[in-house]
Amino acid sequence: MSVTFAQAELPSGVDPSIAPSIAGARDYLELMKPRVMSLVVFTALVGLVLAPGHVHPVIGLAALICIAVGAGAAGALNMWYDADIDARMERTAGRPIPAGRLRRGEVLAFGLMLACFSVCVLGLLVNVVAAALLALTIAFYVVVYTMWLKRSTPQNIVIGGAAGALPPIIGWASVTGGVSLEPVVLFLIIFMWTPPHFWALALYRAEDYARAGVPMLPVVAGERATRRQILLYTLILAPLGVVPWFLGYAGAAYGIAALVTGAIMVALAFRIRAEKHGYTASKQMFAFSILYLFLLFAVLLADRVSGGLFGHFAA
Amino acid sequence: MSMSELMNDGDNASAPPPFPPPQAGKGGEGVPGIRLTEEQLRARRSRSIAIAVSLGLLVLLFYIVTLVKGPGVLERPL
Repeated sequence: MSVTFAQAELPSGVDPSIAPSIAGARDYLELMKPRVMSLVVFTALVGLVLAPGHVHPVIGLAALICIAVGAGAAGALNMWYDADIDARMERTAGRPIPAGRLRRGEVLAFGLMLACFSVCVLGLLVNVVAAALLALTIAFYVVVYTMWLKRSTPQNIVIGGAAGALPPIIGWASVTGGVSLEPVVLFLIIFMWTPPHFWALALYRAEDYARAGVPMLPVVAGERATRRQILLYTLILAPLGVVPWFLGYAGAAYGIAALVTGAIMVALAFRIRAEKHGYTASKQMFAFSILYLFLLFAVLLADRVSGGLFGHFAA
Repeated sequence: MSMSELMNDGDNASAPPPFPPPQAGKGGEGVPGIRLTEEQLRARRSRSIAIAVSLGLLVLLFYIVTLVKGPGVLERPL
């Protein structure tokens, strides 16, 4: 005699937690937030390539894989802790836990396993400094941002943004075994980029955040204050984007790209500030900010890979 | 059928035992208790393939890194 344990057809008195899982590999991949992971890997790659010295391509690849898996672990642990919030938000209601495809315990185990594994392997195959930085990044994102700041302060993404800004430093440390000014500048660029990027999104998703009880700036301080803050952070971000050129580790092509795209960011921030009705400028800012960060790091990467050709050519 | 019905063999000595020997097939056919649905079978297969691919890539990575690092990989202090 056998019983079919479909999720919705459990016999009475049977503990639902023993029902076989309907989660496929795609659900586990979704837990790792692949889009965020791709940005993390890209910025870490730039840090790795910019670093002085030589690293064997295989060791570099191993470092990037560990950083990617570590980022995935942080994403999974974030989804484990925030399952209640995700269920109340339209944008996240389809994630594996709120959709009922995975249980929280499974996600916690998956996230912890990946976190431990990625840090240990990075330490064994690359170096201990990079591994320690990866552990710090995961812990900061999960404990400081997800568990503490996200639900308690509108400055959540400002401080929490440090976790997303660390990957270039990890990439750099994977080669050098240490940290210096250059990757810290890259860290600061991503750190200052995070608030305008997420607040632009939060402006037109404010209702969603309010329903979930997340104290994002537009929910707590209102739209006007948020628009002003976006402008302030963008005014700091745009000149900061040019600093790698001033410090001499990026060519003129990078400098020009940073100036032009930074000017567009500032122009969009002013439009957001001036916008009285609707969210056209906010949506444009959100979309362009992704392109902005990608372009800055892509030009940095191209500049270094081409051996400074961009710089010489422009000069 | 409830568990008590399954367990109740009454006085009928010729009745088959409530739990026949397991004869596991695809999805656990022949095994008392759980029989997976098609959806669950697909999900399990998908997870199994993902685990196999991940482990294979991990072995390959360790192998190549060992080649790259050369004899030094064995000189790690304990």
